[in-house]
Amino acid sequence: MAVPSSAERWRSAMLYAWVAAGSIVGGLTRYLVGLALDTGPGFPFATLFINATGSLIIGFYATLTGPDGRMLARPEHRQFVMTGFCGGYTTFSTFSLETFRLLHGGMKYTALAYVAASVICWLVSAWLGHMMASRYNRLTRS
Amino acid sequence: MLSGVLAIMMGSMLGGCARYFVSGAIARRLGETFPWGTMTINVTGAFLIGIFGALATHPGSAFAAPTPWLFAVTGFLGCYTTVSSFSLQTLTLARSGEPLSALGNVVLSVGLCLAAVSCGFLLADRLGG
Repeated sequence: MAVPSSAERWRSAMLYAWVAAGSIVGGLTRYLVGLALDTGPGFPFATLFINATGSLIIGFYATLTGPDGRMLARPEHRQFVMTGFCGGYTTFSTFSLETFRLLHGGMKYTALAYVAASVICWLVSAWLGHMMASRYNRLTRS
Repeated sequence: MLSGVLAIMMGSMLGGCARYFVSGAIARRLGETFPWGTMTINVTGAFLIGIFGALATHPGSAFAAPTPWLFAVTGFLGCYTTVSSFSLQTLTLARSGEPLSALGNVVLSVGLCLAAVSCGFLLADRLGG
């Protein structure tokens, strides 16, 4: 493996800094949204909402700044929004723990409904974001 | 209040960077056709949250207090694991004509994460009494 030059090291350190900054914003946003939407025990609506909106944002942004996208984004900008903010905002671990707690508490059908609703909402949201952005890309191109 | 916010910020920073590091390292080794990196991150994160979730139910443990929980679970594990990359990568697989890989990613990720969180919880519940 080649030894990275100091310019490459600096570039890599800057990307980490952007990811860290995005994660801090994303993590705090998740905490606040979670507090605002907290419905107590039972079906975890807050996490479902967080993961669905995060998927919508990443789907939209990835297509908007992609190869055919209308917006030109620098790599650090993409790392900040996608890896940092969206990655920090959404959470798979809380989803797993909530599902486990529902199962452990004997709410088998709620757990099943939560998993099914989550997977569908995440994927549909990412797809919707992608469709919205590709529509926007086409609209403004002409 | 302030210490809680600081704990989330510190945890988030470390969690996000850890995810960036692990996903990059795995993508370099295994390629980017199938999102093994995101899956590894989510499964290991699920295992750890199972451990913390079990410890939080033990009154004597550090994770029964709010600040360590905010640091380790809300901050670190929350930012370490990700749904957004999982959704985007699954969508990309489906759109690039690989519906079976997309389906496999969903089934494997959800299945392995639920297995991992159960293992973590039951292990810590037995040992960390």
